[in-house]
Amino acid sequence: MADLRTSFAGIVSPNPFWLASAPPTDKAYNVARAFKAGWGGVVWKTLGEDPPIVNTASRYGGVSYRGVRIAGFSNIELITDRPLRVNLDEIKAIKCDWPDRAVVVSLMVPCTEASWQRILAQVEDTGCDGVELNFGCPHGMSEREMGSAVGQVPAYVEMVTRWCKQHTRMPVIVKLTPNITDILAPAAAARRGGADGVSLINTLQSITGVDLDLMAPEPVVDGKGTHGGYCGPAVKPIALRMVADIARALPDLPVSGIGGIATWRDAAEFIALGAHNVQVCTAAMHQGFKIVEDMIDGLSNWMDGKGYGLVAAVRGRAVPNYVHWNDLNLNYKIVARIDQSLCIKCGLCHIGCEDTSHQAIAALHVDGQRRYEVIDSECVGCNLCYLACPVDGCITMVRQEGPGGMLTWEHHPNNPLRQEAAE
Amino acid sequence: MLSLAGGETVSEFGDIAAGRLDAAALAANFADAHPPLTPAQAVVEANRCYFCYDAPCVAACPTGIDIPSFIRKIATGNLRGSAQTILEANILGGSCARVCPTEELCERACVHTAQENNPIQIGALQRHAVDWLMARDIAPFTRAAPSGKRVAVVGAGPAGLACAHALARHGHEVTVFEARPKPGGLNEYGIAAYKVPDEFAQREVAFILSIGGIKIEYGKVLGRNLALDMLRREFNAVFLAMGQAGVKALHLGGETMPGVRDAIDFIAEVRQEPKHRVAVGRRVVVIGGGNTAIDAATQARLLGAEDVTIVYRRGSEQMTATGQEQAWAQTHNVRIRHRAAPVRLIPGVGARGETVAGVEFARTTLDAAGRLALTDDHFVLPADMVLKAIGQSFAADAAGELPDTRGGRIVVDADRRTSLPNVYAGGDCIAGADLTVVAVQDGKVAAAAIHRQLSGGA
Repeated sequence: MADLRTSFAGIVSPNPFWLASAPPTDKAYNVARAFKAGWGGVVWKTLGEDPPIVNTASRYGGVSYRGVRIAGFSNIELITDRPLRVNLDEIKAIKCDWPDRAVVVSLMVPCTEASWQRILAQVEDTGCDGVELNFGCPHGMSEREMGSAVGQVPAYVEMVTRWCKQHTRMPVIVKLTPNITDILAPAAAARRGGADGVSLINTLQSITGVDLDLMAPEPVVDGKGTHGGYCGPAVKPIALRMVADIARALPDLPVSGIGGIATWRDAAEFIALGAHNVQVCTAAMHQGFKIVEDMIDGLSNWMDGKGYGLVAAVRGRAVPNYVHWNDLNLNYKIVARIDQSLCIKCGLCHIGCEDTSHQAIAALHVDGQRRYEVIDSECVGCNLCYLACPVDGCITMVRQEGPGGMLTWEHHPNNPLRQEAAE
Repeated sequence: MLSLAGGETVSEFGDIAAGRLDAAALAANFADAHPPLTPAQAVVEANRCYFCYDAPCVAACPTGIDIPSFIRKIATGNLRGSAQTILEANILGGSCARVCPTEELCERACVHTAQENNPIQIGALQRHAVDWLMARDIAPFTRAAPSGKRVAVVGAGPAGLACAHALARHGHEVTVFEARPKPGGLNEYGIAAYKVPDEFAQREVAFILSIGGIKIEYGKVLGRNLALDMLRREFNAVFLAMGQAGVKALHLGGETMPGVRDAIDFIAEVRQEPKHRVAVGRRVVVIGGGNTAIDAATQARLLGAEDVTIVYRRGSEQMTATGQEQAWAQTHNVRIRHRAAPVRLIPGVGARGETVAGVEFARTTLDAAGRLALTDDHFVLPADMVLKAIGQSFAADAAGELPDTRGGRIVVDADRRTSLPNVYAGGDCIAGADLTVVAVQDGKVAAAAIHRQLSGGA
């Protein structure tokens, strides 16, 4: 059995599956249920200064894709709307009841050192394992110069992180906003400020949809809408890229991966791109805490099958293969192969290629039967047909004999700025 | 006294009665056989569709409905557009959705059948879209300006109605001559009640006629009070779609004795009369292997017959009734016996005088040439009622000049032109599968050809 115990920013947990700072971690009641279900840790929903903020009715929006609900999810909820004392007491009780689980507290207070100093002392008193600085929330709080308003300015990130490191002995995690051009800038700033780790991504600014009867952006609050924070399965690719960028450029900075994680496979992908652990929200909000059972079991079984004894053995394994476009081998050739015995004749391989790509799949009728055949000379190996085909294993991309060897853009004859390979 | 195998004897005959079941049981038995999809079910099902290119289901539909498009429109909530797509290709899309043997046509061709043997429920989705439109009294088509041309259509069944509707859209004036007192053809008279409940056939006819420009004259029988010569003189073109009014005989003798009747008449009575007034035997034997046999046998059971047996001279796979139809009958406790042919209708004396008492069958075999042959191995099934469902024929007793026929069917070309100028034919009176959807296509193709002719084209 693989050992799923992980350590992130000095905080250990029995498995890498944490619940992200969000509605599921707003109360002791929910958190106790999560721990009972098997979650390795939680990041408590963001605390702020009293008086508590006020939340709207109508808080979430969902994107359905061809009948699949919550392929994307958004919220316009703010930080906790409960008094600080209530939260602190509950955190203390939870940590006492579940000493083996990670309990990290998310914080967001105005950008003054005194504010951070004050709340850190109170939080430290709960016995929690660390704090996460919410520099990511892209709505509501950012207009009050908190959340992503801080996270989008690397100098502020560094400054606040430094304050926090000065005023607490607890590990400090900085949660990063993806609503920025270069994720490395705030990540590097967090490290300069002394962060023990970063977590990402927070949500993306979004409008979930438009109610075409009300002519209002969703989610609608009394006929009006505002931009929210987008998350869920749809954002996973964005998150993977940002996590990988940090793992590649700042390999010493521990990362907690967040963004559309719903299965053990999603988690394994984040870990392979450098994440020390992962945080989940939308999937649990959609289907409840029980999903963690398969996440634990699935990751463990997969690791056993691959011979990975520790999560750390998986961590970052795909990072060396995450390269810049210029480092890709332009001599690599593949073409599509259709296994006619598996083909169900849906024609999706043909029509996509014919209408939108390279006219490399012929639609034939042979003996009254539809037959789709790859025209090797036209196939550029783009993967479109392979991706569209609804039958697993029917279309494969097969490596072709080519010039062989490695040829990158740097050395390509078409590159006007080409550098001749050293003889 | 009727002696059966094993020494058993039967001495009570002629038990034919109406009202074997109470009103509640009858209402339940004749309710919609396949209830409609809920909107939620329809969307889930529609989203399973791959939106295939050169979709095999379309090729398998005799009317060529653009199935992927209408299903996509259901998925996106464009039900009006979905129904329009269906009806553009098949104006009887509502009844075809109910009565088509989809498991043999579109759904068999569905790529999901190849992938996981679980095709998209195309028929049910089609019904969902068309019902949505019909429930809102939306007129999807409008009539072109009157062309001044007149077309006669003989028969107000699916072929005739499809032809009439298409011609009316072009602005031609159509007169439909119908033998029976109501329109709809087999949809009204020849299909089990639970397949088209709630007066669907009549609602669909009204929907079709709402385009205007179509007049129906009832009680007009070609060769009796309607002459083809007259139609050819009075109209610019004629479309013959009178179906198969004749019923094939067993040629056994005794076919006119009480208790023996044509299954198609029995089905028509079930459709036209209140169910509690339809008389049915306690023991019923149905002879035949098509959907008529299935519909008659199953409805006999649902009316309260105790014991219903279908006897077919060949095997299950040769039955023209689909596997699903056979299973449907069997689910309703109809017994199906294969490889036996009737050789004698056995008379008996019941409470009301002479009546049928049973049927003697000979087991069949195939001779060296693969032809069906009777053996000496006989058995007797007691019967209070015998329903003949061995097929219908084109009643070629029409007076005056008729187009050429072959094998009892009118000969047509690809445009459904007959051997007579300006005379077209379609539906069950021409060769081809006797399916509603095929009849609709005949009407559609003939209407296009007639329109080209009337417009001065080829």
